[in-house]
Amino acid sequence: MTEHLPALQVAIGLTAAPVVMMLGRSGRLAWALTTLTCWATFAVALALFFEVSDGSVITYQMGGWAPPWGIEYVIDAANAWVLVIIGMISAVVMPFARRSVEREISASRIAMFYCAFLLANAGLIGITVTADAFNIFVFFEISALASYALIAMGRDRRALISSFQYLIMGTVGTTFLLIGIGFLYIMTGTLNLGDLAARLPEVADTRTIRAAFGFIAVGISLKLALFPLHLWLPNAYTYAPSMVTVFLSATATKVAIYVLLRFVYSVFGFQFSFVDLSMGWVLMPLALLGILVPSLVAVFQTNVKRLLAYSSVAQVGYMILGISFASTLGLMASVMHLFNHAITKAALFMAIGCLVYRLGGISLTHLAGAGQRMPWTMAAFVTAGLSLIGVPLTAGFVTKWHLIQAALEGGYWPIALLLLGTSLLAALYIWKVVEVAYFQTPDDEHAQVKEAPLSMLIPTWVLAGSTVVFGIYGNFTVNSARAAATALMGGAP
Amino acid sequence: MTDASLILLSLGVPLAGMMLIIACGRWAALRDGVTVATAIAMFTTVLQLLPRVQAGERPRLELFELFPGLGVTFEVEPLGMVFAMLASGLWIITAIYAIGYMRGAKESHHTRFHAFFAIALFSATGIAFAGNMFTLFLFYEVLTLSTYPLVAHKGTAAARAGARTYLGILLGTSVGFLLLATLATWWLAGTLDFTPGGIMAGRVDPGHGSILLVLFLYGIGKAALMPFHRWLPAAMVAPTPVSALLHAVAVVKAGVFTVLKVTIYLFGIDYLQELASSDVMLYVAVFTLLAASLVAMRQDNLKARLAYSTVSQLSYIVTGALLLNQIAALGASMHIVMHAFGKITLFFCAGAIYVATKKTEISDMNGLGRRMPITFTAFFIGALCVIGIPPMGGVWSKWHLIMGAFEGGYGLVVLALMISTLLNIGYLIPPVVRAFLLPPKESDAGGGLREAPLMCVVPIAFTALGCIALFVLAQPLAELLGGMFVSAPPGAAP
Repeated sequence: MTEHLPALQVAIGLTAAPVVMMLGRSGRLAWALTTLTCWATFAVALALFFEVSDGSVITYQMGGWAPPWGIEYVIDAANAWVLVIIGMISAVVMPFARRSVEREISASRIAMFYCAFLLANAGLIGITVTADAFNIFVFFEISALASYALIAMGRDRRALISSFQYLIMGTVGTTFLLIGIGFLYIMTGTLNLGDLAARLPEVADTRTIRAAFGFIAVGISLKLALFPLHLWLPNAYTYAPSMVTVFLSATATKVAIYVLLRFVYSVFGFQFSFVDLSMGWVLMPLALLGILVPSLVAVFQTNVKRLLAYSSVAQVGYMILGISFASTLGLMASVMHLFNHAITKAALFMAIGCLVYRLGGISLTHLAGAGQRMPWTMAAFVTAGLSLIGVPLTAGFVTKWHLIQAALEGGYWPIALLLLGTSLLAALYIWKVVEVAYFQTPDDEHAQVKEAPLSMLIPTWVLAGSTVVFGIYGNFTVNSARAAATALMGGAP
Repeated sequence: MTDASLILLSLGVPLAGMMLIIACGRWAALRDGVTVATAIAMFTTVLQLLPRVQAGERPRLELFELFPGLGVTFEVEPLGMVFAMLASGLWIITAIYAIGYMRGAKESHHTRFHAFFAIALFSATGIAFAGNMFTLFLFYEVLTLSTYPLVAHKGTAAARAGARTYLGILLGTSVGFLLLATLATWWLAGTLDFTPGGIMAGRVDPGHGSILLVLFLYGIGKAALMPFHRWLPAAMVAPTPVSALLHAVAVVKAGVFTVLKVTIYLFGIDYLQELASSDVMLYVAVFTLLAASLVAMRQDNLKARLAYSTVSQLSYIVTGALLLNQIAALGASMHIVMHAFGKITLFFCAGAIYVATKKTEISDMNGLGRRMPITFTAFFIGALCVIGIPPMGGVWSKWHLIMGAFEGGYGLVVLALMISTLLNIGYLIPPVVRAFLLPPKESDAGGGLREAPLMCVVPIAFTALGCIALFVLAQPLAELLGGMFVSAPPGAAP
């Protein structure tokens, strides 16, 4: 049984999805089955994570077909880490989802909603576990199509346009990825990532491979919302249902970053990407602009969900910046931030979900006095907000510490200073929300609002609390990130 | 009790006190009683660590580790011991004074005021006992944040503007420079532990060290080196007890204390002598010392004058730290205590004058000495202590500073210290002269003796007597502080 864990990781979700769809009559039952599925998936992810924690690598051949004919799944410290992130977020978000989804999605669509959610989840997991380039594309499309449907189910009618915008940009992205993979196949005759890594050096000095690299890098950059290819993200996050925003913000861009890392470090290799093509010098200015510009834009937002969406673009900038240093320490900081930012941003968007549930909207005017009316929700928001800023003793600080160390290691003193400055920008936009919530009196309409229901509050606090726990005991994330970085640097799976 | 539990208790008592203060907020008398009791409990706890430090021990506590080599740790060494005793001891007096002042001046929100005061003391203790730069930074920021509501206490537009300047400069410098310097130190030296003799020698090349020194000294905005001194006059919008304990003792001394910790325990005096920027920063400090004195001469508002005087006196301590010899460093450390007693007396007096007469401008104080003889006598004593004239404690610290400047061969610094002393006399003595020797204005004439409430006057008398007592007690203080330079204290656990 245990040798089938890699396949189960994807299969559980994919099989459960149609079953959930058929339970259309009862939203509650669909929710229960989805929750069970997510927990099972998380358990499998944890089992895999502990199995590879000693540095070993698990390979699994789909249907017993050996590569290059069959599809191979490979689990190492790097993608097991991403699996844990996806599994944990979906496991925590499901209890939260019940009340939130009942409020935001019409009853007849709830089963379809959860079905799409399971597909999106399974797609992301598939991207992560597979060691087959074409399979990566397929799972990208599965998760993307499901995500478009999820976003379109938002209550605001602008959700439809946002979803369409995401569809166009996302399709361009995956198409580029497919073109790149096609070029690789033409030149090497294989789609298996391990074989690709072995055969690429022979043909590396050709225009086709360089073009393939370009297509793949740009395609994935669209999916991970690298500035200035991020334009789909703010709208998608703002108008999606609360639960979808929580899930996508914490996982979708992270998985795309993982794929970029896999291609850049493991498939093309450090020498080709960073030395021959100087990728670091391309990524660094984009990352810096990507941190600075969206942070400034975020300061002027009045819709808190949109504010946090722009902050997400900035956070992607931090992760890309770590990669652009082209060092183990920088890579570690990026990989670490996948986790730290996932829990931080998910906690923030969950708090937003609680506020929407009670207040009906999420512009700053809705929030006046929320600090007194919904003290626990706002306290969770502030706690996770501190982590977003990177205050010591929160998860965000552990990342920032390593990222700045990496900047100093590379001799980039001005960047270190800039990173500290952008923390102040984050402090500014979080403070904006805090000021309204704590220091303004609510209008009559919202004066009688109560605290959010416990089923939403507890998951919110699980994540908000973990930003503090992982801020104080940073050893777990640091060690896992080191193992993941070593695995990525070490070569193809 | 074990070392660890004493350290935890020193930090825990003010926190517990804060919660009790909030819980008792409804009953004014009980709440005020709790404030004083907390202060006394904290002081006695801190005091129990003293004999161990005097015996050469270094009580340690590791709270937790973030990642290998970096944790929140505490280690009590002589300088931190003195700072913690100073802050917690003067808190008792200030707490009593604050009760009298807040009632006398009819301020509002007493509970919030006393609660944040307790948090400020908690963070000051954390700074005093910090075992590495990271821990110190943590409490440094908590101190900034917890004193923000105290500065903005009155809630008026002026108070909010002052508080914004306060927060802006202190947070900006600490995050922009101090944190960067801390991170760079970790990167270059591989550790942030405070170690006698420093951690940089042999690990950091002097080029990087020079940059680090500048970053540290400007990053410690609480030491108020020009041009980052504006926050201190801005903070004077706070009620006077805040100005007295926090902006003459806890906050500003936390700044110069950090400067001393960084120079003595991170850089090490010997290593600093190799750095090109040491002398540059020394002259920045000397410039601040003179310029702030000159600005103080021109202030008519008593609290503003005292604030600029503080900016100037803080630079004495930074100067002492940068003269790079033990005598000067000892003088700087002693000046933390001497100036604290002198300046808190002066601020207490300013507050008492405000409570009794609502006067804030020096030009309005003619003849007041006849109505408030105790207050103005205490003001005179405090002024002499700050200036450094026997028989006040202040003479010893300045003595050591000037000796240190001589030993280092810095003739210019000696001259500057002399001039500054004259300037001190020039701006601190005139208020006393006006009060005692000039005739009162007609509107103020008559009325006999009208001192501030007893709860204000008693603390004033107490700190004024303290200034005199320190003249005699300087020797034991110097002996205790001498332990700073011992790299392996006798009897200390390895």
